[in-house]
Amino acid sequence: MTAQADSPAGAPGAAEEAEEGRVYTVGGQDWDEVVAAADDAGDRPGAERLIVNMGPQHPSTHGVLRLILTLDGETVTELRPVVGYLHTGIEKNMEFRNWMQGVTFCTRMDYLAPLFNETAYCLAVERMLGIEAAIPERASIIRVMMMELNRISSHLVAIGTFGLELGATTVFLYGLREREKVLDLFELITGLRMNHAYIRPGGVSQDLPSGALERLREFLGVMPGQLGEIRALLDANPVYLARTKNIAHLDLAGCMALGVTGPILRATGLPWDLRKSQPYCGYESYEFDVPVRDTCDVYGRYIVRMDEMDQSLRIIEQCVDRLAGGRPADDPVMIRDAKIGWPAQLALGPDGLGNSPDHIKHIMGQSMEALIHHFKLVTEGFRVPAGQVYAAVESPRGELGCHLVSDGGTRPYRAHFRDPSFANLQSVSVMCEGGMIADVISAVASIDPLMGGVDR
Amino acid sequence: MTAGTPADGPDQVPPPDPAALAGRERLAEQVARTGMFGVSDTPDTSGYGGLKVRRPPPLSSQPPYGSYFDDVADALGASLEQSGLSFGDAVERVVTQYGDLTFHVRREHLPAVAGRLRDDPALAFELCTGVSGVHYLADEGRELHAVYHLLSITHNRRLRLEVSAPDADPHIPSVVDVYPTCDWHERETWDFFGIIFDGHPALTRIEMPDDWKGHPQRKDYPLGGIPVEYRGATVPPPDERRSYE
Repeated sequence: MTAQADSPAGAPGAAEEAEEGRVYTVGGQDWDEVVAAADDAGDRPGAERLIVNMGPQHPSTHGVLRLILTLDGETVTELRPVVGYLHTGIEKNMEFRNWMQGVTFCTRMDYLAPLFNETAYCLAVERMLGIEAAIPERASIIRVMMMELNRISSHLVAIGTFGLELGATTVFLYGLREREKVLDLFELITGLRMNHAYIRPGGVSQDLPSGALERLREFLGVMPGQLGEIRALLDANPVYLARTKNIAHLDLAGCMALGVTGPILRATGLPWDLRKSQPYCGYESYEFDVPVRDTCDVYGRYIVRMDEMDQSLRIIEQCVDRLAGGRPADDPVMIRDAKIGWPAQLALGPDGLGNSPDHIKHIMGQSMEALIHHFKLVTEGFRVPAGQVYAAVESPRGELGCHLVSDGGTRPYRAHFRDPSFANLQSVSVMCEGGMIADVISAVASIDPLMGGVDR
Repeated sequence: MTAGTPADGPDQVPPPDPAALAGRERLAEQVARTGMFGVSDTPDTSGYGGLKVRRPPPLSSQPPYGSYFDDVADALGASLEQSGLSFGDAVERVVTQYGDLTFHVRREHLPAVAGRLRDDPALAFELCTGVSGVHYLADEGRELHAVYHLLSITHNRRLRLEVSAPDADPHIPSVVDVYPTCDWHERETWDFFGIIFDGHPALTRIEMPDDWKGHPQRKDYPLGGIPVEYRGATVPPPDERRSYE
């Protein structure tokens, strides 16, 4: 952490004199020296103003977020967030890969909610292809189930790290222990714990493996109790309440102006949830409530997240019931259009997941046409009609939008993601200015920004 | 009845075949790109090298637009009349495609249109969910597009505004006064496309380093990358690989 005391440039005797003022490098226990030095400079103009640089490598800034704080005593008078440290050019890279490959890129943006990125992208591609109605029912149910599992895992990290930042190590351990259960399910179903590339344009990459439904039921059995444990620790904890109640206030008008969505918006009393208002993937057929609080503070956002996890469990239970209820023999998880859905049925071999031996036998030994088709679809990919489209889903952090432009080719002409973290993070200045420096930590944690999503 | 059947008689002019007409129209369209494979410096024996991909003319929908789109267009027209601006002056083109409504707004009228869209109770587009730039390299005189995605929570409607500017004069008025959330979004679009949003409070780079040269998501900016060598074989960077477009 670098502290920077304002003093006129050219003051005598300072080795670390910068143009903007005197720079102190603080390495741990030497805060007293900085304060003493700032006091010494008391007769100079602007000496009370202390500029503190927090991040980009700071344990409580959720990844590489940098905050430049101007302090008057312990009061934050100005806060400027600086982002861009994790920009990886995912959108530009997607312009050089075909439509199917795009999934493997966008899943890496908001890495705590990869399945939402994939779904937003796939819904946009499917709308342009005009195949929304042809997506198999089973694929949509699996998508909804995976997204709700992902919502739980994402909220658990949000609440766990939040606890850690406020000093509650137990909450962190509980949160990550429960998240591990979700990741185990992901690993079972998709093969990976993150960056799944599981949801593809046209459906999902593979059906549930045998035994998955039993594991899901087991999960549904233990999870409510585990969430209750976290709630028992936090909901009425006086220390926690003192750090979260009436902290980082942002009301409905502020949310509208700053484009804030998700739990922050729902903590201002507006039940705006795209799953209800503009349903996709068949969300209109599930029974669930939209949790709302009207406290506009950090505590309200925490309660909304906890309640949302309960609702997610309700949705997952309905999904499991539907998936378990007698599967027709020809119920696929990928669109039947052979020009879009990949022909390969994946199978687990001794060296991991790959093309099934039957499929290899078919294309290599039986049908030249099948081989050509496989080759064309995998190397060239399918074409998407020209035009543009915007599809949005309700991610754990708010509205995740995908704006795609196609020129009629096999690759996106432009892919843009409206990541909720990016829009929500703008509000951190409004939440923190005028408050105490200690509350900055609470405010940032309640926004739950994910720098992978912010910077893309 | 198709042309050329005996019933038409020898002296009658056969009506033009619609399929042939459509084909002629298609051939008259501008060529967007040639060749199906991206690499031009190697002899391509696949037979696809000479194919021409043509670009269709820009879409323009005629009313009625269907769905709630007519209501939005009418309400915006009525609202603009009050401030002495006609719908046709402000909006050059309306496009309805894939269930989305897009108004192509003339750039000088963007703040007025955005202001009406937010404040008129019949429109009430309270939330702007971001700005996204697109660089249409071949669209001469209007290469740079800024696309605004608006959302009305009151009416549960979505709307897209599209504004274009030429590469030579990449200026678009800022809408930060109307939608403060566009602050970062416009900075991002400036950073990646070089569109200058006039009136933005602090138009600085946001994702790229402050001293970065160029605007990386423009189409004339290369992707970059280095060849990867593994056990003697070399894989070229993605933008130099053979592309099966």
